[in-house]
Amino acid sequence: MNILVPVKRVPDPYAKVKPLPDGSGLDTAGLKFEVNPFDEIALEEAVRLREKGLPASITAVSVGAAECEEQLRKALAMGADQAILVETSDALDSSVVAAELAALVLELGIDLVLMGKQATDDDANQVAQLLAAKLDWPQATFASAVEVADGRVVVKRETDTGEETLSMRLPAVVSADLRLNEPRYIALPGIIKARSKPLERRPRATEAVAKVRVVFYEAPPAREPGRKVSSVDELVAALKDRGVIA
Amino acid sequence: MSRLLIVAFDVAESSSLAGFADALGIPFDLLLLSAGVPAPIGAEKVFLAGMPSIPVADAMAKALARFAAPYTHVAAVSSMRSKDILARTAGVLDAAMVTDAVEVLGVRKFKRPVFAGTVMATVEVAPSAILLTVRPAGFEAPEPAPNGPAENVVLDADSMAERSAVSARSGGRPDLTQAKVIVSGGRPLKDAATFERVVGGLADALGGAVGATRAAVDSGIAPNELQVGQTGKIVAPDLYIAAGISGSTQHMAGIKDSKVIVAINKDPDAPIFEAADLGLVADLYEAIPELLAKVKS
Repeated sequence: MNILVPVKRVPDPYAKVKPLPDGSGLDTAGLKFEVNPFDEIALEEAVRLREKGLPASITAVSVGAAECEEQLRKALAMGADQAILVETSDALDSSVVAAELAALVLELGIDLVLMGKQATDDDANQVAQLLAAKLDWPQATFASAVEVADGRVVVKRETDTGEETLSMRLPAVVSADLRLNEPRYIALPGIIKARSKPLERRPRATEAVAKVRVVFYEAPPAREPGRKVSSVDELVAALKDRGVIA
Repeated sequence: MSRLLIVAFDVAESSSLAGFADALGIPFDLLLLSAGVPAPIGAEKVFLAGMPSIPVADAMAKALARFAAPYTHVAAVSSMRSKDILARTAGVLDAAMVTDAVEVLGVRKFKRPVFAGTVMATVEVAPSAILLTVRPAGFEAPEPAPNGPAENVVLDADSMAERSAVSARSGGRPDLTQAKVIVSGGRPLKDAATFERVVGGLADALGGAVGATRAAVDSGIAPNELQVGQTGKIVAPDLYIAAGISGSTQHMAGIKDSKVIVAINKDPDAPIFEAADLGLVADLYEAIPELLAKVKS
């Protein structure tokens, strides 16, 4: 069984990212880059499926600049068998990435795409759904548990009101939410060891053009500074004063 | 000619995007998916699908794509459900998808939060149909206006997935995304029973909803659907009371549109105090019961 795990290179999700003064981009100087945490969860799940006995070959893929190799090496260290970098300097949006992934899925004979529900940089939450639509495959987003057996994938997924379970015949697309698992820690030696695993660079396979482009970045409007109150009585008075409690 | 279709999953959502439609300023119709009577928002036409439940995304997206094909814009309130379905619909239609629009700068230009709301991005959409999930908080609702004629429509398609084991919200409290008052708790609430007693008790006294941090959900203190933040629910109540919440960037991303944020935390250095309108440095086990007694009296 062939599992594809798309991996996005994103700025350290715990670092503060600032817009450039002219709004033309983001100030990424000095920022560390990481594997998008949700993609890391997806990859961890793929590796666990294999560890539980599912005969699976796991391919990690990134679409983007040469620097994405760093994140693909991490993915190989976590347990991916091979990695592909679709190298491009084109402007990308979710639809372009989905188009590239769809081409790769068909070429590699992928049975299951496991990916993060969103990236922590653009917070778009789109690629899994766009990809599933392009392939006309079933989808389960916001996965919190995944089981594969008898040619089906059964996914427990989080919803606005709780949870539900979807059972889908493979092939299918699954996007990982936070509570799917806790990814393993990879020490540096593991990353170095993974250097012997195959990493293929290739050009784009489609001519899809970005439909959505960011033209300006800015800081969000600041909230008015608040104040501390010294007692519950003072808090109640302030809340009444603002008309938010009777 | 530009035309907007507002997709409301339920009656509560039918009025939520009136402000967005007003800001976009193009003629619009309203499609109500579940059964009910939509709010008067001045839609030119109303389509009533009367669905007993919302189908799985692949089926819903297929049906919606057929129905929405004539429109230049299709919008729904941001939620896990709308992101699941609209993004797939965009894929079916080969349309552009804009997630979490918070401001309209033109018919093809929108503002949306990125990096957990710590940066705002202005996005421009190339000529194609545009699907959007919209956060209503940033849009001022216009006066109610009568809708045009209503028409029953049938939206159906078969799903490739089988759905089972659906859990529904425990009833009685308002929906987090619609609530005027929210009381939220973090990990200091210890366990599910304490959380329910302390946070739930105050929420009920204020007629509000209950929210939780990711840490509280991860440690089993609160169910997942109560999570507020970047990867949970985005809320915009009049009053948000954060009890025992330190205020991570990811949590703050979900509450910054609240009118008044109150923080109750015994750690005076908790980051939440920087964002809170009113901060009380206190043990929540003393402060919340006292607050509850005083709002009840």
